[in-house]
Amino acid sequence: MSTLLEVSGISVTFDGFRAINNLSFRIGTAEMRAIIGPNGAGKTTFMDIVTGKTRPDEGRVIWGEKSINLLKMNESQIARAGIGRKFQRPTVFEDQTVLENLVMALKKTRTPLSVLGYRRSSDDIDRVEALADEIGLRAELPRKSGELAHGQKQWLEIGMLLAQEPRLLLVDEPAAGMSPAEREHTTALLVEAAKTRAVVVVEHDMEFVRRLNCKVTVFHEGSVLAEGSLDHVTANQHVIDVYLGR
Amino acid sequence: MQKPFFIRNPSVMIFVALLAAFTIGVTILSQGFGIDVISTSMVKTLGKTLCLCLIALAMDLVWGYTGILSLGHFAFFGLGGYMVGMWLMYERTKAIVVNSLAEAPLPPTPNEIREGIGTQIFGVVGGAEIPPIWVFADSLTMQLALVVLIPGILAFVFGWLAFRSRVTGVYLSILTQAMTLALALYLFQNDSGLRGNNGLSGLQNIPGAEGVPQSELSVYFLWASALALGLGYVLAAWIVGGKFGSVIRGIRDDEARVRFLGYHVESYKLFIFTVTAIIAAIAGALYYPQAGIINPAEMAPIASIYLAVWVAIGGRGRLYGAVIGAGFVSLVSTWFTGGQAPDIPLGFYTVKWVDWWLVLLGLSFVLVTLFAPKGIGGLFDLISGRIAPNRHGADLGPGMGSLREQEAEK
Ligand SMILES: Nc1ncnc2c1ncn2[C@@H]1O[C@H](COP(=O)(O)OP(=O)(O)O)[C@@H](O)[C@H]1O
Ligand SMILES: [Mg+2]
Repeated sequence: MSTLLEVSGISVTFDGFRAINNLSFRIGTAEMRAIIGPNGAGKTTFMDIVTGKTRPDEGRVIWGEKSINLLKMNESQIARAGIGRKFQRPTVFEDQTVLENLVMALKKTRTPLSVLGYRRSSDDIDRVEALADEIGLRAELPRKSGELAHGQKQWLEIGMLLAQEPRLLLVDEPAAGMSPAEREHTTALLVEAAKTRAVVVVEHDMEFVRRLNCKVTVFHEGSVLAEGSLDHVTANQHVIDVYLGR
Repeated sequence: MQKPFFIRNPSVMIFVALLAAFTIGVTILSQGFGIDVISTSMVKTLGKTLCLCLIALAMDLVWGYTGILSLGHFAFFGLGGYMVGMWLMYERTKAIVVNSLAEAPLPPTPNEIREGIGTQIFGVVGGAEIPPIWVFADSLTMQLALVVLIPGILAFVFGWLAFRSRVTGVYLSILTQAMTLALALYLFQNDSGLRGNNGLSGLQNIPGAEGVPQSELSVYFLWASALALGLGYVLAAWIVGGKFGSVIRGIRDDEARVRFLGYHVESYKLFIFTVTAIIAAIAGALYYPQAGIINPAEMAPIASIYLAVWVAIGGRGRLYGAVIGAGFVSLVSTWFTGGQAPDIPLGFYTVKWVDWWLVLLGLSFVLVTLFAPKGIGGLFDLISGRIAPNRHGADLGPGMGSLREQEAEK
């Protein structure tokens, strides 16, 4: 399987504090990966770097078959290149309807003039409705997304992520605020998505990670502590000491 | 599929109808074309108010919808006024000069005419030369093009520099204010080429229309202003009505999130900043022929701050709110500062509204910001909420067999 994203030797320092320390990571084109690790391990910061929000002090981030250097691109270029992101705290546009949120995320030309001339085609509506069915928000399409429950906002954000049709999905703690049934549904969605694209999931819930049934990377103090199957890493004494044992 | 624009936006139709009714009503009551109930100066005030409503619309687009608190849009308004004012003043002076030279035994050379115009216009600032920036002043077409081009280019360059370095929030407001101040200070100088603090005057006299009395001209300008406002409203509603509106409101609420969706936020800001600057300039180009005079004090930063106050009081983030705010506050302000409002004798002190109006305005602004952030426009929510409460998703009737929402909409 060819490599989609290759991160090598990145480090970031915030006010003298090393949040990411010589971290390397790679993922293939159709692969699911779970990232676990204690709070403050640098999981969110890692995603910030890949998506262009934070610039690393050193290291390389290489993307795709053409080995593009992501560090030279801004956030919107990176997103258009095919990296979608779901935030730890659900961030949807609360003042807008679920429909508007999804339409904004649909994979379309993003230049101001083409957006100005955009008209919803029936294809787009079909696509949005299919997505809304998938995330269980069909009936909520005309509602303002600010009125949704926390779990529903998480869903909406996942829906927006899928609507972008990215090649790599970075999903930060998707199950927070969800009921057990919703968690299972989320797992199913992510597993389905990982058949055709790369998915990176940060999650604390071990049951959730187990259901993803994929390779696991353990972060600790800004670098990779262990990597392998869930059983393999949970048997690792370091991992038990810093993460599981607490 | 989407429904046609006017069906989706009933408020646009209502607005255009009200605006047309207003314009026709004023015409019927005017001195020039009607039964002489409304004086010519009042018609001019109303026409100018429509222009202020138009710039408020621009302000609402850039601030209410996109979240950029620009304190510079009155600079664009003033520039638009200057561009049209140059032609008005030049042509009129030319007519006067040609007239006076016609007495002379020899027909005047073009050079003599130019010199005459130069002395006439720039005598007050101690010059006789026509400055290079007046090169197109003889051509109405060119000056009208400059109404759009000069403010458009200025806004584009300024916006490009500011947005590219991701200046946002209060820093951006300060930057726009600094630009306005710099421009006003520059124009105050006598050698700015635009007559320093004298500004341009006599703009109410339209060259080529000397035979048309002001009472009629004022109505023509009222119509032109109403047309511009109507078109501006439709354009604004179209811009904010679709996906573009979604994106700019997204930028207002969380611009980082919009970036991660793949939208180049800076381009959107630049687009809206430039378009609204052009709208403001067009409003200014229609305003100053009705005001008759323009000088740099008009573009002082305080004017742009008033603009923000109007939009806030009217209700930002909704187009009719901006129009209501600008119309209402500027008319009330004319009433108070025009000495028409009766003074209030308190015995020990007399409240003179000419002095106290600004305090009242400031207080209203604070109160609106604190207690009615939706502004006057928010009142419409009370009405529409009562007529058609938003009950999406709820059953339409009490029984199990009654129509569901989806069926009812078919
Ligand atoms: N912008 C920032 N400025 C300063 N410190 C930061 C910033 N972002 C993250 N950090 C610090 O970096 C560390 C890693 O944070 P984070 O990546 O959010 O951890 P995780 O997501 O694994 O819980 C934390 O100690 C956090 O306080
Ligand atoms: Mg985190």
